[in-house]
Amino acid sequence: MIFRHVDEPGYTSDLACYVRNGGYEVLRKAVARKPEELVDQVKRSGLRGRGGAGFPCGVKWTLLDRKSGKPIYLVVNADESEPGTFKDRYIIHQDPHQLIEGSMITCFANRVERAYIYIRGEFPEGARILERAIAEARAANFVGPDILGSGYGCEMYVHRGAGAYICGEETGLIESLEGKRPYPRIKPPYFPAVLGLYQCPTIVNNVETICHVKHIADMGGDAFSKIGTPNNTGTRIYCVSGHVRRPGTYEFDVGRLTIGELLHEVCGGPLPGRTFKAVIPGGSSAKVLRFGERFRGKRKVGADMVEYDWGVEDIPLDFDSLGMVGSMGGSGGVIVMDDSVSMVEALGNINEFYAHESCGQCTPCREGSLWMKKITARMVHGDARAEDGALLKSVADQIAGRTICAFGEACAWPTQSFVAKFGDEFTAYAQAKKQTRAEGAAELV
Amino acid sequence: MIQPATTDLITVNIDGKEVSVPKGTNMIEAARRVGIDVPHYCYHSKLTVVGNCRMCLVEMGMPAVDPATKAPVTDPATGRQRVNWMPRPAIACATSAMPGLHIRTTSPLVKDCREGVMEFLLINHPLDCPICDQAGECKLQEQSAGYGRGYSRFVEQKNVKPKRTLLGPRVMLDDERCILCSRCIRFCKEVAKDDVLGFTDRGSYSTLSCYPGRRLENNYSLNTVDICPVGALTSTDFRFKMRVWFLKQTNSIDTESSVGANTVVWSREGAVYRITPRQNDGVNDTWMADSGRVLYKATRGEGRLESVRVNGAESALDFAVRAAAELLAKGGAAIVGSGRSSVEEQFLARKLAVALKARAWLVSRVGEGDGLLVSADRNPNVRGALVTGLVGALPSGRLDELGALIDSGSVTAVVSVGEDLAAAGLTAAQLARVSVIYLGTHSNPTSAAARVLIPTLTVFEKHGTLINQQFRIQRFAKAVPGVAGATDDLVVLARLVGAVGGPVVGADVGSLWTAIAAEVPALGTMSYGNIPDTGLLVDGTPWAGLPFAEGPSLHHAPAAPAGKEAARV
Repeated sequence: MIFRHVDEPGYTSDLACYVRNGGYEVLRKAVARKPEELVDQVKRSGLRGRGGAGFPCGVKWTLLDRKSGKPIYLVVNADESEPGTFKDRYIIHQDPHQLIEGSMITCFANRVERAYIYIRGEFPEGARILERAIAEARAANFVGPDILGSGYGCEMYVHRGAGAYICGEETGLIESLEGKRPYPRIKPPYFPAVLGLYQCPTIVNNVETICHVKHIADMGGDAFSKIGTPNNTGTRIYCVSGHVRRPGTYEFDVGRLTIGELLHEVCGGPLPGRTFKAVIPGGSSAKVLRFGERFRGKRKVGADMVEYDWGVEDIPLDFDSLGMVGSMGGSGGVIVMDDSVSMVEALGNINEFYAHESCGQCTPCREGSLWMKKITARMVHGDARAEDGALLKSVADQIAGRTICAFGEACAWPTQSFVAKFGDEFTAYAQAKKQTRAEGAAELV
Repeated sequence: MIQPATTDLITVNIDGKEVSVPKGTNMIEAARRVGIDVPHYCYHSKLTVVGNCRMCLVEMGMPAVDPATKAPVTDPATGRQRVNWMPRPAIACATSAMPGLHIRTTSPLVKDCREGVMEFLLINHPLDCPICDQAGECKLQEQSAGYGRGYSRFVEQKNVKPKRTLLGPRVMLDDERCILCSRCIRFCKEVAKDDVLGFTDRGSYSTLSCYPGRRLENNYSLNTVDICPVGALTSTDFRFKMRVWFLKQTNSIDTESSVGANTVVWSREGAVYRITPRQNDGVNDTWMADSGRVLYKATRGEGRLESVRVNGAESALDFAVRAAAELLAKGGAAIVGSGRSSVEEQFLARKLAVALKARAWLVSRVGEGDGLLVSADRNPNVRGALVTGLVGALPSGRLDELGALIDSGSVTAVVSVGEDLAAAGLTAAQLARVSVIYLGTHSNPTSAAARVLIPTLTVFEKHGTLINQQFRIQRFAKAVPGVAGATDDLVVLARLVGAVGGPVVGADVGSLWTAIAAEVPALGTMSYGNIPDTGLLVDGTPWAGLPFAEGPSLHHAPAAPAGKEAARV
């Protein structure tokens, strides 16, 4: 749906090409409709946020404080920083006008008169493309004071981040957009829907989510809700990276594919001579799944509760199923690891990322993420101890659920799941990699 | 921002104890009301809530109601309404009281949270308590002893950060000790209105520093040292001077202006080491100006007067008092009282003036007000002089009128209670024409010209009261003994009153207050003992029309713009 045109030969990111392919027709029709009706369509569509948390988009919009009399802002979260995720970048590079059209429909539906696209600092090309696309759209009256002669006006700006993962957290993003350090805000009271950008009600939505709004406005909420599986509607883009033959971005109906189908049939299976060992299904902060483990329980199918007994390959790629097996759909970044990977070293890599990206505002994440990094770095550098696995888990347990923002979980979940599922590797690593330190050698950090 | 917006009382339940608090009170304050300590670092009652230390995590629950009928759900075991406890802990500092809110501060989860946060705060902390000035008054020490595990699991290298950064002339920063609570940053931004501090770098490497090219040098910079919960910010004046547990604390009042900030004077073995603010929500909250913290240096400063002198020769107090009485008995006496004297001293100065049928003068002291805790009126007790009747009007500028009376010969003797007459406008020739009787602490042209010179005490060496700009009478107490050779102002004044034929009056605040209550209408209901630590408001309406020369301060707004200063501010 979102990727309908992107890979067509000759499809370019300019306005003419987009319009040639039916672009901005949905916006043209939308501005003649009632805003409430558009919000209602999004609610009926069951669209869930594609940024990571999977929060229902329509609910988010209804939570907006419309009585305050303050202006409402739209912030498009293009700070795609979750390791393993590269879908928003692809949309921006290949089809920026789709994002702008979706944004304008969102703005019209919510009576927003100013929209910001917050794009991460590492996407300079994406920012340039968006700037150009917005200029084109403004010249063609798709953005501006009087959109398509409807009397409705909305301005749109691109704001570049300075290279911090935490700016993907919506309240951190808002702080950054306001020109401050991106310290996430405490909730309560600072829910963006009530006290967001400049203390005004604000919608923060992911790029992919906003693009879906265009298609919902086009086909109607009910039609959209029939795509995918119940409560997991629409399509979603999976970013497959790691040890498969054909990594890349793939758009499928949510939940139509299982992990096994995605990895084997779509991505061509493991590299020659290798076998899959682990997969992180929703960006690096999602809990890892180990090939070979079984997941049993009951789930709702229609009105009935049905027992399930899944291996990793059998898990449908939707929000609810991945939640049931203790992981999450997250940002759609599917990271595949085969038997050549040391899980201790993989965790060391992840921990280094989170220690580097912790904003440092609240204690557990600030100190805990670096501590976990120091432990895994020490292990990797040859001074692993048998108790390190248990210590890592304990440190992670002291972070998750006790921080200002979800970064606490993001940095704790990899450690918790790696140690829980690959405890044997941590133990073996401690035995194999334990080296006697040379006399007088400095202790490795 | 912290103050509850309304006074509606609602009931919350803390560890099983019901407590009524104003709606909107945060749970740290609510718990405080029932004597439950919720440990915290970043929360400060006078600053905005940021919730970053995570030490105050508590379990939170709301009474269960049936989702459909909204009827209370009772627990069959207890017969009481069931409480739905939330799975995640919440920070008490940002949790406002809601009707029926339950919190637990001692559950296993809360204990585990506190142990976890304490461990995290300590892993990169240098643990250099033996050489740290904060030791003894350090929240990290107190709360790790109270809520920590007591052992370390950290075997890695600690982070290295700058150790001795001079943030400004009075504040030294040790970044390794900093726990990044951001209290100092918020103070500078929100209270001092001088946004100079911020963090650089990220995560555990975050470092407190001044903005490039800026320094923490505003007149409130030392408050950051007071509110720093650890030893990261220390006072350049106090660091390495004395262990805090050796120091005696005495309640006092800042005498640098008419605001009358409440203070604590820290002393040991007769020497004052530092002055810190004392909380008074009606006057100075928990703050005071840096300029008021150095006043103690006067106790041991250069030029302290230490011997009674008559005509330049060392003398005894009795002889000096008699000599003064003889000079005054000749008639033509004038009293120069002081807006820096205590209410009790002004009361006695007035008795002296009445006994001598002399006119009393006051020296005005006008500076620039900062709108916060230093007002334009640099006399701490002008209102005391009005209330006691020492003067009937506000002092205006210099003592030119008195000078003219000296020139005309109608004034031949001047008693100065601590005021330097030369600085107040009298010329050397005028001083030479009259007999000066000087009661004071430090040498100056007036003490040099004095026929009778009696050394007295500084505010740190005596008891008394002052009436600030709000007409709030506040007590100060003796922190250290007076220097040898100096006599309490009250003793000197009481003896002078007796020697010139006035009534016999007490020379200590206790007995003086019997007379004050009887004779001063505005203070009629008070005694020295019943003035609370935060002061008592005196009815100032008789003086409401006077053109006080002060702008607004933290908790004082002038009733009507009066005089040049108010108009300017």
